This record gives sequence, C-alpha cells and structure tokens, in this order.
Amino acid sequence: MSTRRIILRPADGVRAVGRATLATIRLVGAVAIFAARAVVAPGYAPRPLLEQLLRIGWLSLPVVGLTALFTGAALALQIDAGGQRFQAEDVVPAIVAIGMLRELGPVLGGLMVAARVASSIAAEIGSMRVTEQIDALVTLSTDPVGWLVTPRLWAAVLALPLLVGVGDVIGIMGGWLVGTTTLGFTSQAYLSNSWSYLETWDVVSGLIKGAVFGAIIALAGCWFGMRASRGAVGVGRATTNSVVAASVGILASNFILTSLFFT
Amino acid sequence: MSAAPQTRHAPRHAPDTPPVIEIRRLAKSFGANKVLDGVDLSLARGESLVVIGGSGSGKSVLLRLVLGLEAADRGEVLLHGAPADARLRARFMQDFGMLFQSGALFDSLPVWRNVGFRLLREMPAAKARERAIASLSRVGLGPEVADRMPADLSGGMRKRVALARAIATDPAVLFFDEPTAGLDPQRATAISELIRGIVTQTGATAITITHDMRSVRTIADRVALLDRGRIRWQGPVTAPAGGLDSDPDPVLRAFVEGRPLDPGA
Repeated sequence: MSTRRIILRPADGVRAVGRATLATIRLVGAVAIFAARAVVAPGYAPRPLLEQLLRIGWLSLPVVGLTALFTGAALALQIDAGGQRFQAEDVVPAIVAIGMLRELGPVLGGLMVAARVASSIAAEIGSMRVTEQIDALVTLSTDPVGWLVTPRLWAAVLALPLLVGVGDVIGIMGGWLVGTTTLGFTSQAYLSNSWSYLETWDVVSGLIKGAVFGAIIALAGCWFGMRASRGAVGVGRATTNSVVAASVGILASNFILTSLFFT
Repeated sequence: MSAAPQTRHAPRHAPDTPPVIEIRRLAKSFGANKVLDGVDLSLARGESLVVIGGSGSGKSVLLRLVLGLEAADRGEVLLHGAPADARLRARFMQDFGMLFQSGALFDSLPVWRNVGFRLLREMPAAKARERAIASLSRVGLGPEVADRMPADLSGGMRKRVALARAIATDPAVLFFDEPTAGLDPQRATAISELIRGIVTQTGATAITITHDMRSVRTIADRVALLDRGRIRWQGPVTAPAGGLDSDPDPVLRAFVEGRPLDPGA
C-alpha cells in the first residue's frame, strides 16, 4: 500500500499568507466603497429614515435598558466584593458610573442591538435579494443602496448614541438600586459619589463609540443581506454572518477607540 | 374600413431607426456551466418577441443581461444602436417596464405604493395613487385592492399587480419574465391576453420569456428558440412555411409539441 507524503515548503506558507492578506484588503476596500456609496447616495424621503429610527432605536430600548440595568447591578456587587479586599468599598458608585459610561454601556448595548438589528436587516434585505425585489428596484430606476442602506445606516448612527445614553442612565440606576438596598449606601451618597468623579469625556467617548457601533451594525446587516443568495439557506447564512461580523467589529473597534481616547 | 388603433409610442418598424434592442454574441457562464454561448438577437420598435426554451436554457439570464442585472462575459447589448454601458442603461431604464417571474412586489409597501413606485417620485402622492388605481383597473383589479398588502393577495392577483406596476408609466419597452408561471390555465390566458392588449394598445416594444406555448401564440409577433446557449431558430408564429407551427427543425418541433427530443437532434 502506497503512502502519499504532503511536503509543505516555506514558499507555500508565504503564498497562503499573501493570499489571505490580499483577500482581506480586497474585502476591506469593498466594504469601504459600499459604506461610501451609502453615505453619498441620494436619500429618497424622510419617511424611511423615521421608520428605521423607530425600528432600530425605539424598539431596541427594552433590550438595551434591561441589559444595562442588570449589568449596572452586577457591576456594583462585583466592585463591592473586590473593593472589600482593599477597604475601597466607597468607590463602587464612581467605578460603576465610569465603567458603564466608557465601556459596558456602549459595548453591551451595541452587542444587544447587533443581535437584534443586524440580523433583522440582513434577513429583510436578504429576502428582498432572493425574491428579486432588489432587481425590481433597479428596473424602477432606484438605487438599492440609497433606498435600503442609506436610511438604515443613518438611523443606526443616530439611534445608537441615544440608546447608549439611556442605557448609561439605567445602568447607573441598576448600581444605585443594589448600592442602596444591599451595600448600605444612602441614595444621596451614592448619587453624589457617582457624579463627583465623572468627566464630560466619559460621557462623550461612550456616545461616539455608540455612533461607530451603529455604523458597524447597519453596514454588517446591509452588506450580508445584499449578498444573500440561494434562497432560504442563503438568507439564514447572511443573518448569522451579519451578527458575527457586527459583534466582532464592535469588540475590535471598541479596543481601537479606547486606545485612541484613553492612552 | 376601420381606422388604425391609436398607440402611445412611435409606430413600429420606422425606417432608418436602429433596433430598440440588439444583442451581439452574448455569452455568460456560471462557474463551469456555460448558460449563453454567443446569442444574437434584435428587436424592432413596436415588436413583440417571445423567447422560448427549456428550463435552465438561459432565457431569464438573457433578460437579466439585457437589463444590466448581470454582467456578460462576452458580447454586447445595444440600446437604440448604442452600446449599453451603465449610464445609458440608467437613462433608458426610465422607459423600461419589467414583470418579474415572482412578481417581486415590495412586501413592506401596500399595493398602490408598489404600482405607483416610480410615479411617487414624479408627482404628489394623491395624484400617484390615482394613476396607480387607474393602472390596476387596466389589469382588471378594482380600487379595493389598492390598500392591501402584497402578502394578502393570491398568486394571480400578485401577478396582475406586478403587471400594473410594469405598465404604470406607459414605458416604451416591456420585459416579461415567465408571466404565466405558476398560474392556472384560465388565469394564464387572462394574463397573456392582458399583455397582448397592452402591447397592441400602447405600441410598446416587448420581450417575453416563457415556455407556455398558449402564451406564446397570444403574445408573440416573432418567436426565438434558445437552445444550448444559442438562438437555434427564430421566426413568426404563423407563416405559410417556416413558422412556429410548420418549421421542421426537430428541436423546435419537440418543444412546440411537448414531446421528448429525438436522440441526435
């Protein structure tokens, strides 16, 4: 019985890395062109933008609010438990506030909206793609990017900072609830401690992150939706890919933004 | 002697005018699957051409290439004598109407907004709605359908709504992709007669893709048979010799008579 040996040479490895690098550059370039087209495409009416603001912003409020509430509450318990080791329990309100505003509010809010909105956008646009509705737009002299992507992109960019802002307040309230009912803070002391250590940049940086995450969520949903093919299976795949891409995009861009803002 | 019917568009076969659509050596493959392999066709003003062929013969792909929804591997499409690049297509698209096989109605919009989609960019909503309802009545649907959503309609009604959308702006060129697919014989006949009536009434140029022979006889001035990526035969429906019903081409005869193709044909 003969055996076949696969010999890997160093050149093969270099070639594989080169191919992957080129593919990545091509993908980044294509997404950048797609995003630029969405930004400069003519808007058709305020109505689609308002509809998307409602769907992306208003209807995401419950999930973002609940996430923020429980995260703020859990954070208060964790910081108190950790702070006891250093007799630093008093910092609970300030750390909860800073943590929520700078990191957890935008990131967890963004991830929850990604799960809810990127999937919904990809499924909707993907269904339109496989049922020829996007081709119908072209034959009706309508740019599909301007009609479908532009309102979703702007709505997400506008809605996410608002959701993050509301989530921040609810998250701090979650910490306040635990602080006043379990950790022995008075209401006034907790709120005063939260407020006194905050800086404007803590709030603004989180809102900027929200806007960036909004763009990532909308673009991921639209990108994979527009490229859906092969019927229901293709739409399912587009939906999954959009959530994965949006989530990874949010976490990666969060690291980059944090590095830019706070180092 | 009766007067000639009034048409909205220029009379057909006007002298010295290039074909409305001319297809030259068009080729398209998907991976290893060669779908079109050098198709040549032309369509004169006011003519109703029907392209027939078996399932998977590339009929719909041909239509998508003409409309610019797919890019050809080789060959070219000329619109009114000029090579159809993106800019030219965008200009002529204003004067095209397309009925998709699935209808392709926008699920999120009510029927009247679907029909008046293009009109809404050109006129106030009330006027566009009025014109959309008029277009619906041309395809035999009443105003009570206007505010319903596409998902609430039967297959035949969806097809009619899609047809109403295609003709709402009285385009000069109409494209029909399998207009009777999925319909029962009565509805299929009704849709075919509607298309024939619209083409005759408006003087529009039309290209229809179908494998429904009853529909072919109702709609076509001229028929082209697509086989193995090329136009194998083309000619009129009826002719003393060499028409759809009398040409001896074995592939055409097998297709028209709905029987298996003889080996070696």
